[in-house]
Amino acid sequence: MKKRLLYLLPPLIFVVLAVFFAVGLTKDPRKLPNMLKGKPVPEFALKPIKNRDDKGFASTDLNGGVSLVNVFGSWCVACRIEHPFLMEIKRAGRVPIHGIDWREEDPDAGPKWLIKHGDPYTLVGDDPNSKAAIAFGVTGAPETFIVDKAGVVRFKYVGPLNPKIWDTTIQPVLDELGKGGL
Amino acid sequence: MRRFVIIAILLGAFTFPAGAVNPSEMLKDPVLELRAREISKHLRCVVCQNQSIDDSDATLARDLRVLVRDRLMTGASDTEVIDYVVSRYGDFVLLKPPFKLATMVLWFGPGLILLLALLAMVNFYRRQQRTARAATPPPLSDDERQRFDDLMKDDAP
Repeated sequence: MKKRLLYLLPPLIFVVLAVFFAVGLTKDPRKLPNMLKGKPVPEFALKPIKNRDDKGFASTDLNGGVSLVNVFGSWCVACRIEHPFLMEIKRAGRVPIHGIDWREEDPDAGPKWLIKHGDPYTLVGDDPNSKAAIAFGVTGAPETFIVDKAGVVRFKYVGPLNPKIWDTTIQPVLDELGKGGL
Repeated sequence: MRRFVIIAILLGAFTFPAGAVNPSEMLKDPVLELRAREISKHLRCVVCQNQSIDDSDATLARDLRVLVRDRLMTGASDTEVIDYVVSRYGDFVLLKPPFKLATMVLWFGPGLILLLALLAMVNFYRRQQRTARAATPPPLSDDERQRFDDLMKDDAP
């Protein structure tokens, strides 16, 4: 009887390992943990991009209200896909979105892109050498952060936003923060 | 010709992999630059993921290399620089996983499995030896020995 049970051991170990690895395979290795969650936004002070009359975008701008910080670039194809939805959020006035224009080789490219496709951002900062992007732990554009009114990072979404993702991931966090109801 | 080949081989022996570091990124201070290279070799490029930022051509890897050098220039220690990058991207950026509770399985798992396999092997051979010993027939009784000798005698020519 004891021996019988011992024969079951290898397949049992196999099943445990298989489940372990199967779960591991469902995880996207491109998605890194949000190290900033629950921490104040990193310090940064970005210069404005052309054609905008604001003063740029700095970490101090994030105190006082719930907002989104969206990392984008004119070179980023997924940002182009996301863009109409950001415009929609702006039109609905759900929550202010600030932009970090990341790694433009040509300083005119970002402003041109925003003129051509529309500008959903309240404030925009130019981040040509990834200073702010690295401080935020960004690995690729677009990435969107939810910052609460105390300037604490609450959530990070990697990849282009769309209505479905908004409803399932962004809106619940905003509801929790008491902001962004339609 | 032969001398030329020997010289070429000797020259080749003095080369080393250059990585992706652009000469313009390098620091003037060779000691700092060496430290920067050493740090870069242990940081994972978060875009390509299986290369260090020292090897990667990705723009973000370049910016991280520059950041490492900037921080060294301001007098930060190696661990301070690495800790900063880890605080932004997590342990994942370390090509060599750190030693802590969550990574115990990673560090001890292989050794543990090896130990288990060794134990199983020792156990297996011991048991085999025991059964082999058990299978050895008991010595012949006097009667049997007599019969055996008789049989052998009959066969003699």
